[in-house]
Amino acid sequence: MKSLLKTTFTGAVALAMMTSASFASELIITYDDLNPGPKAAFEAAVEKFKGENPDINVTVNNNDREAHKTAIRNFLTADAPDVTTWYAGNRMRPFVDAGLFADVSDVWEAEGFSKTLASTKPSMTVDGKQYGVPYTYYQWGVYYRKDIFDKLGLSEPKTWDEFIAASKTINESGVKPFTIGTKFLWPAAGVFDYLNLRQNGYDFHNQLTAGEVKYTDQRVRDTFARWQELLDAGGWVDNHATMDWQEGMSLFINGEAAMYVMGNFAVGSMRDGGLTEEQIDFFQFPVINPDIANAEEAPTDTWHMPTNAKNPENAKKWLAFVAREDVQTEWNEALGQLPINSNSTVGDDKFIQQGFATLNAAAGIAQFYDRDAPAEMAKAGMEGFQEFMVKPERLDAILERLDKVQERVYK
Amino acid sequence: MSDATTHPGSTVVKASSYGWFHRNRIKLAPWLFLAPALIFFAIYVVIPIFQSIWISFYEWNGLDNADGSSSAVWVGLRHYFDLLDDDRFYTSLKNNVLWLVLFMLAVPIGLGIALFLNQTVTGIRIYKSLFFFPFVISQVVVGLIFSWFYNPNFGIVGQVWEFFGAVPPAILADEDLVTYGIIFAGLWPQIAYCMILYLTGLNNVAPDQIEAGRLDGAKGWKMLWYVVLPQLWPATFLAIVVTVIGALRSFDMIAIMTQGGPYGSSNVLSYYMYETALSEYGYRYGYGSAIAVVLFAIMMIFISFFLWKMWRDERGS
Amino acid sequence: MFPAPIERSSPSAQIAYKVALPIALVIWLLPLLAIFMTSIRPAMDINSGNVFGWPSSFQLLENYSAVFTQSRAGTYMLNSVLVTVPTMIVSVALACLAGYALAIYRDFKWALPLFFLFVAGNFVPFQILMVPVRDLSVRTDTYDTILGLVLFHSAFQTGFCTLFMRNFIKALPYELVESARIEGVGEFKIFWYLVLPLVRPAIAALAVLVFTFIWNDFFWATVLIQGDDRLPITAGVRALNGQFVSQWQLVSAASLLAAMPPVLMFFLMQKHFIAGLTLGATKG
Repeated sequence: MKSLLKTTFTGAVALAMMTSASFASELIITYDDLNPGPKAAFEAAVEKFKGENPDINVTVNNNDREAHKTAIRNFLTADAPDVTTWYAGNRMRPFVDAGLFADVSDVWEAEGFSKTLASTKPSMTVDGKQYGVPYTYYQWGVYYRKDIFDKLGLSEPKTWDEFIAASKTINESGVKPFTIGTKFLWPAAGVFDYLNLRQNGYDFHNQLTAGEVKYTDQRVRDTFARWQELLDAGGWVDNHATMDWQEGMSLFINGEAAMYVMGNFAVGSMRDGGLTEEQIDFFQFPVINPDIANAEEAPTDTWHMPTNAKNPENAKKWLAFVAREDVQTEWNEALGQLPINSNSTVGDDKFIQQGFATLNAAAGIAQFYDRDAPAEMAKAGMEGFQEFMVKPERLDAILERLDKVQERVYK
Repeated sequence: MSDATTHPGSTVVKASSYGWFHRNRIKLAPWLFLAPALIFFAIYVVIPIFQSIWISFYEWNGLDNADGSSSAVWVGLRHYFDLLDDDRFYTSLKNNVLWLVLFMLAVPIGLGIALFLNQTVTGIRIYKSLFFFPFVISQVVVGLIFSWFYNPNFGIVGQVWEFFGAVPPAILADEDLVTYGIIFAGLWPQIAYCMILYLTGLNNVAPDQIEAGRLDGAKGWKMLWYVVLPQLWPATFLAIVVTVIGALRSFDMIAIMTQGGPYGSSNVLSYYMYETALSEYGYRYGYGSAIAVVLFAIMMIFISFFLWKMWRDERGS
Repeated sequence: MFPAPIERSSPSAQIAYKVALPIALVIWLLPLLAIFMTSIRPAMDINSGNVFGWPSSFQLLENYSAVFTQSRAGTYMLNSVLVTVPTMIVSVALACLAGYALAIYRDFKWALPLFFLFVAGNFVPFQILMVPVRDLSVRTDTYDTILGLVLFHSAFQTGFCTLFMRNFIKALPYELVESARIEGVGEFKIFWYLVLPLVRPAIAALAVLVFTFIWNDFFWATVLIQGDDRLPITAGVRALNGQFVSQWQLVSAASLLAAMPPVLMFFLMQKHFIAGLTLGATKG
């Protein structure tokens, strides 16, 4: 009903446009965040685009973020907008495979994005072609209670040994080194990804999530061996399997745990929870193997042009627009996140600045385990990570099970 | 003349059309009365069952291609063979059996409470209503109440444990306890349901037979077993049916309390199916439908039994 | 009467019984009492670990109004009403018609098979319907709408309601219908003027039951609704649970609010409710 009305309405508008001014053209944009902050940032960008393209008549649909994840599965076929938001990596793969997202390599070429958006280019590429452009991402890393570190005389660990030593010191003081909430599984994947990226590197992460390496591979076992060392050094809070990430955060806020491997969005709830700027800080996940270049985890939000877009020329204008350095600077300033365009600049928030520096220096950007691996593999893998954290002695059984799932998923 | 020829003719036509309708009225009427319900029921219940079975033979992520054609690929029985080799399927199946068996406790406990309450002291009506209370509450709410109950940091179970100086167990994070914890929560409203069935059943127990039993010297357990329970059979039957269905339909509690976790250890078929076909890490319509077909087949055993019994009763009456 | 009436036993047994009753009740309703106590506590109590003891202050009004001002609980409640009431009307109406057809026409050969179809359909697991029903809703533009939820619920509840209604009508004196037919009363008139007034108790029983079932539905609300402004209260309470992290006093208050309407319905219509649950087989 809703979309029927919508189609009729846009159809009528389009018809009116065609008869009155044949040179005016349309652009239908579907965005996916109703929260006041992101919504305002998006609307500001739309206004700017309208100002630059007065001849384009822009129509905006804004969906709830979760609703969008379902709706997109239907509207790409039935009632496609000209551009829509989505996610990079394997999350866009099913739509590319079904031919629902259009190849926009020409935009990348014309705008020189291969250089300015280099960090995420692999995540936007399938078989050598690009299927969208990124507009925002945020860093992951270790957030910590600076006051607890100071009290124990600890500084930000740079190496694995320092990291283990710090964990032990914290544990001995009666505070758990790490908090986490794994009820919804994904926070555990952040820990795995970082251990794996530092132990085996970016290419290995991609091979594993692409199903080219077995989980029983010695290199994966090495990653888990590092994880075991962290567990032995005090590890994570108890009962994390019953908590979501916010509940895990409340233990961080209470001072029952000192570190949290998380994404930058967590800073908001630390501040809401009453922690001051002096109490919280961030460090890059420490180096495990000095021969491996630091790659980082940064889930990326993207814009795509559906194959069924009715105004592909305008859609490409929009894609070129949202990846431009000044647009990304302003948009991410408003979002409190990071621009991908390497010529963009960031605000003076300490977390944002550290994140921008970290990601620009990264040897590669991983999307996140559950965005790089296919959905079914991701689910099984993350359950395995959770199980390992609770029952590390079952590692062999877990890895063998994951091999079995892998065999089926990538067949 | 014209009048005379047309008039009888038209009455004949009229009479026969009236007669046709009249003769078939009794045959047609039930279909007309049934039509709205049947059409609705067919569209939303009967046909989807067959569609699900059909979808289970396809690999499909629910997406259509850009031209609107379906992207489903025929795989025949492959999903069913995959199920045979799927650990999470076995875990779910095992938990379903556990649910079925332990949920049956609701029947005797419900009977016990009904016997306890089947008195005529003042205010007993209010007691009966209040005992029935949990059944009226949404399972979502029951699930939330018990999640909080079980919470080792804030919950009552934790407090009780700490009172005795022990470290409270995290029931919902422990793979060995989690399913029992959820079933225990689920039993609460189910016992209430069985209790009310028995309370109404006890009302209908023939007093003369009880008295006759008393004269024969039967009392207590003997009376219950030989005189009362046979008369309560309709209530018992209904209690078993609703409990089996409740056990196999267990979805809400799991979705609220654990989402099948930790690491899939509290999963059941109904939730596993949902997770496979619709959740963020799912969209495997074909495989999900295969799980649903298995669940349906299990349920069909009980449904057939129920229908067979109904059919026998219909014959009898 | 079984067990033997307590009045016949010794005075001490009678006293013991009267003492045991409230104790048993308190234990039985302990989870509810606990959640009620939590819902009137200040947040401070919960954070400081006082979850079982006496509240340090009573915040009944504060907490319950906070649920409405800090979340969309009001919208969720309204959505539940918008789903529940039309479903109640449609499914009971359809069941009256269908139940009449299945019970009254003695020579209707399809009566028993069709009756069994409704009964069986009523018991199938929801999951076997999930993918096709969701797909159907998407294709008919009723996905993520209240209408879509009402259509499905009405159809599904028709199964249960028809089972109930058919049995109820079957138990009515058949001679009434027969004599009406002999007097030449039309079939619909028999239904409308003769049978319908007689099945009023059944309609009442079904109405309260369907109300409770639909109000408490969570699965279909999850499968067929996405948007926050269309969620019914059960799915809404889960959303609130995510929003009020660790604010158990608000989660508890919201949960109790969600439970209120069926509870009220039960207490107001208790007799009908129980008659419905026992499938009318026994008269309460």
